[in-house]
Amino acid sequence: MTNKVGLALRELHRAENDLAAELLRASSRHKADHDIFYLGRDLARWSQDHVRALAKHGENYGVGLDAEPHEEAGLLAAARHLGAEFLGGQHDAALLLLRDLREIHRQAAGVSLDWEILAQTAQALKDDELLELAKTCHPQTLRQLRWANASLKANAAQIMVTP
Amino acid sequence: MGRIDRIAEPWGTRTPYGPGEDWPQRVDLRLDDGLSPADVDEWVQSATILHSNGDGLDIAVKDGRIVGVRGRAVDRVNHGRLGPKDLFGYQANNAHDRLRTPLIRRDGQLVETDWDTAMTAVAGRTKELLAERGPSSIGFYTTGQLFLEEYYTLALIGHGGIGTNHLDGNTRLCTATAAAALKESFACDGQPGSYTDVDHADVIALYGHNMAETQTVLWTRILDRLAGPNPPRVLCVDPRRTPVAAAATIHLAPRPGTNVALMNALLHEIIANDWIDREYVDRHTVGYDELEKQVADCDPEWAAAICDVAPGDIRDAARLLGTAERLLSTVLQGFYQSHQATAAAVQVNNINLIRGMLGRPGCGILQMNGQPTAENTRECGADGDLPGFRNWANDEQVADLAKVWNVEPQQIPHYSEPTHLMQMLRYVEDGSIRFLYVSGTNPAVSLPELRRIRDILTQERLFLVVQDIFLSETAQLADVVLPAATWGEKTGTFTNADRTVHLSEQAVEPPGTARADLDIFIDYARRLELKDKDGQPLVKWSDAEGAFEAWKVCSAGRPCDYSGLSYAKLRGKSGIQWPCNDEHPDGTERIYVDGEFWSSPSYCESFGKDLLTGAPLDPVEYKAMNPSGKAVLKAAEYLPAHEPTTPEYPYLLTTGRTLYHFHTRTKTGRVRQLQDAAPDVWVELSAYDADLHGWSEGDLLRISTSRGRVEAKLRISGIRQGTLFLPFHYGYWDVAQGQPGRAANELTVTDWDPCSKQPLFKCAAARAERIAVGDTPAPAPTTTASKPVGGRVPPTRGGDAAAVVEDLAVEEGSR
Repeated sequence: MTNKVGLALRELHRAENDLAAELLRASSRHKADHDIFYLGRDLARWSQDHVRALAKHGENYGVGLDAEPHEEAGLLAAARHLGAEFLGGQHDAALLLLRDLREIHRQAAGVSLDWEILAQTAQALKDDELLELAKTCHPQTLRQLRWANASLKANAAQIMVTP
Repeated sequence: MGRIDRIAEPWGTRTPYGPGEDWPQRVDLRLDDGLSPADVDEWVQSATILHSNGDGLDIAVKDGRIVGVRGRAVDRVNHGRLGPKDLFGYQANNAHDRLRTPLIRRDGQLVETDWDTAMTAVAGRTKELLAERGPSSIGFYTTGQLFLEEYYTLALIGHGGIGTNHLDGNTRLCTATAAAALKESFACDGQPGSYTDVDHADVIALYGHNMAETQTVLWTRILDRLAGPNPPRVLCVDPRRTPVAAAATIHLAPRPGTNVALMNALLHEIIANDWIDREYVDRHTVGYDELEKQVADCDPEWAAAICDVAPGDIRDAARLLGTAERLLSTVLQGFYQSHQATAAAVQVNNINLIRGMLGRPGCGILQMNGQPTAENTRECGADGDLPGFRNWANDEQVADLAKVWNVEPQQIPHYSEPTHLMQMLRYVEDGSIRFLYVSGTNPAVSLPELRRIRDILTQERLFLVVQDIFLSETAQLADVVLPAATWGEKTGTFTNADRTVHLSEQAVEPPGTARADLDIFIDYARRLELKDKDGQPLVKWSDAEGAFEAWKVCSAGRPCDYSGLSYAKLRGKSGIQWPCNDEHPDGTERIYVDGEFWSSPSYCESFGKDLLTGAPLDPVEYKAMNPSGKAVLKAAEYLPAHEPTTPEYPYLLTTGRTLYHFHTRTKTGRVRQLQDAAPDVWVELSAYDADLHGWSEGDLLRISTSRGRVEAKLRISGIRQGTLFLPFHYGYWDVAQGQPGRAANELTVTDWDPCSKQPLFKCAAARAERIAVGDTPAPAPTTTASKPVGGRVPPTRGGDAAAVVEDLAVEEGSR
C-alpha cells in the first residue's frame, strides 16, 4: 500500500513541478499582460512550495524526491519576454493567452484531483501529517484553478469578438 | 477677524474643543487683492473641488468673474474652514490659457475649429468603429472631478447606449481600493464612518493617510481635538515623517510594500490579548476562524523582520488599538497604491469589526477618496461598476437597471466585471480598442511607466478625444480636444468621502465657447442617435437638474439612495449625507448601525474576490459563506513585493503628493501662491542615506529605475532609510521641450492590485546618483512631510499674497 502512496506522491510532485513551469512559462510569454506576468509568478511559488513539502513527506514513504523545484531557465525567460514585447501590440496574439490559461486550468485541475486522492488516502491511513499537508496545499491549488478560470473569463470576450 | 498667511500656516488658527462637543466655527475668506466683501456682487453656493473633503463654500462673483471664496459656516463638513488649495485655487478658473475653442488634428497639428466640426469627427469615428469593429473597440476614461449628473449620463451612454464594457475613471488611481475594501468586508460600497467621528473618537488610526496634506480641513478638525481637553491618541502608519506622524502618539514607518505583514501582526496581538468584542463578532460577522488561523503565526517579531519596525512598537500600537473605546480608522494611498492594496485595507476593516467599533459615534472607518467627486464616479457606474452599486454578477439587478434605462438587459455588458483602466490601456496597446474618450484627466503624466503610456496614446490607429479645461500633456496628443467648463461655470452635485452631497451652482459663464461636460456628453449621445428599446432618445434629459432627477430614480432603493434629495433641498442647507429617502429625509449620518449590513446575497453589490488572485467568488460560494448578510472578515497572507531592491537598484521608491498641489497641477500650477510654495520637483532621502553618500540638501540627483530617469534636487527629510520619495505632480506643460525627465511616473512600474486593479505607485526599486552639487535648497515645502531635518532652509511663506481672513466669532446660523 505504501508503494501506491509513494507513487501518488511522486506523481503529484511531478504535476506540481509541471504546473509551476507552466505558470512561469505563461507569465513570461505574456509579459505585456502585466497581471498575468506577476500573478503567474506569484502562483507558481505556491506550486514550488508544494514541491518542497512533497519531497519532505516522500521520505516517510521511502520515496526520494528532489526538494528543489524546477526553475524557468533564464535564457528562455528572456527570449519569452522579448517575444511578448514584440507580440504585445498585436491583438491576434491574445488568442495564445486563452490557450495558455486553458492549459494552466487543465493542469491545476489534475493537481487538484491528485490532492483529493492523497487527502482521502491520508484519512484512511490515519496519516495526520499527510492530511495536514493536503489541507494546506489543496486550497491553494483551487485558488490557482479559479484564477485561471477568472482570467479567461475576463479576457475571452475582447479576444474573441473584437477583430 | 484676523489675517493669516495660509501658505505658511496651512491649517490656520486652532479652535480647541473636547470630546462630544461641537466643532467651533471659523470662517475663512479670501478675495482678490484689493477687494473687500462689500465689493462682491453675489455669493454662489458650492463646495471644494481640489481634494475629497467636500468643504462647503460660497463663490464670490464680481462683474461676471470669480474673485474669491468663503467657507460656509453652516456646512456640516468644514464649519466655515477652507484649505490652502481652495483659498487660492479658484484663480485657475481665470487663467489666460484656458481652452476656449475645440481643436482638431490636421496634418499632424492641433488647430482651432468649431463645435460642429469637432463633434462630427468624434461621433463619426465612433459610428465607423461601431459598424466595423463593434462596441468593444470603444473606451471611455473619465475622472473624479466632474459632477454626478455627468458621470451618470456618461455611464448611460457607455453601458446602456454604445454597449461597451470599457468605461473607467481615474478614480482607479485614487479610490478603487477604498471601494474594493468596502466591497470585500461589507459586500457593498458605502463609507461606514462620518467625519463627526473625529468629535467623539478616543483613538484615531491613520494608515498610509497623510490627512494633513490630502484633506487639510479634516486634519484641522483633528488638530482642534488634539489642542482641546481629553484629546484622542493618534496612530500613524507611514514611511515618511508626515505632519500626521509628528502629531502621533505612535508612528510606525514600515518598509514600503509590507503593509499586510504589519496589519497581520496588529491583528495577531489584538487576538492574542483578547481585545475582541466576541458578541459583535458572533452576531454580525462571518470568517473569524479563518482570520484567527491566518494571523496565528504573525507575531510582532515575524513582522518586524519583514517591515523593519521594532516589535515593541508594533505591540504598543496594537495595545492602543486594542484598548480604544471609540476607534476611528482612516486609510489612503499609502495602502491603496502599495503592494497588496486591498488585502491591507481590508485588515483595517477587520480591526474595527473584531473590536465591534462600527456604527456608533467615534467608532468608524473612513476608506478615503482622493478626488472631490470620486464617490459619484463609483455610485454612477462610470468607473468599472454599474450604477447604484448594482452587482454585475446579479442578473436581477442588471435587469432592474435595464428597466430604469428602458433598454434590453443584454444591451448592458455584464458578462464580466467592467474593464478596469489598466486593462483598457492594454486593449488600446494591442489595437482592439481604437477610440478612447478621455474626460478631465491627464494620463500622460498620472499613469505609471510613462514611456509606455506615451507609446500607447500616440499610436496612429487610436482616435483619442480629450475633454479638458487646459491643453494638458494628454490633450497635446489628442485627435480632437473639447474645451470644457469647470467648477463655478456649470451646475451639478457631488459627494464627498463621508457621503455628504453638495450642490455646486453656476456662478459665471465659461470662457470662450467652452461647454459643460454634461452638455458635451448629451450632444455626443444625440449625434450617435442612441435610442432606448422603444425608439425614444436614450438620454432623456437636457440639463443638470433633469439628470439629477433621473439619477434619483436609478438610485432609489439602492444603498446610495438619493431619492429624498432635490436641488431645492440642497440649496442653503449645505451638505446632506446619503442615503436620503422617505425613511431618512434628512440623510443618514452613520450606516451599519446595530451591525446591519447591505450584504445579503440578493442586495449586495459584490460577491467578493480572492484578495491575492482577484478571482471573483461565484454567487453560490457567496451564498454558502454569507447567507444572512453579515460583514465578512477576510484574511490574507503576506506576499513579498514584486520588485525587490537589488544591488543595482538599492532603494525603494515611493511617490505621492504635497499639500499645495493637486494631481498634475493643471490648476494649482497656474496659481501663484500654490506654485510658489512648491515650484518644482524634488526627491526626499533620509539623513542616514544622505550622510552615507556625502550628499547635501539641494544636490541634484538622478533617480533611475529600469523604466526611466528623473532629475530632482535633494531634500533631506524625515523619510525612513532606504526609501526615496518623489512628488508625482510635475509633468511637462510648464517646462521647455527637451528637459530631463521630471515626472515621477517615468519611473513607476506597471503593476496593479489584483483585487481593486489600482496601479501601484509606491513600490519600485530605484537607484540614486548625484550629478551636481547644489547651491540652493530643494524647491520643497518646509511646512509638510518634506520638512527638512537639518541645515538652513528658508521656511515656506506666502507673505501678503497669501493673506486670508479668519473669522472666529461667527454666531451659530448667522450665515
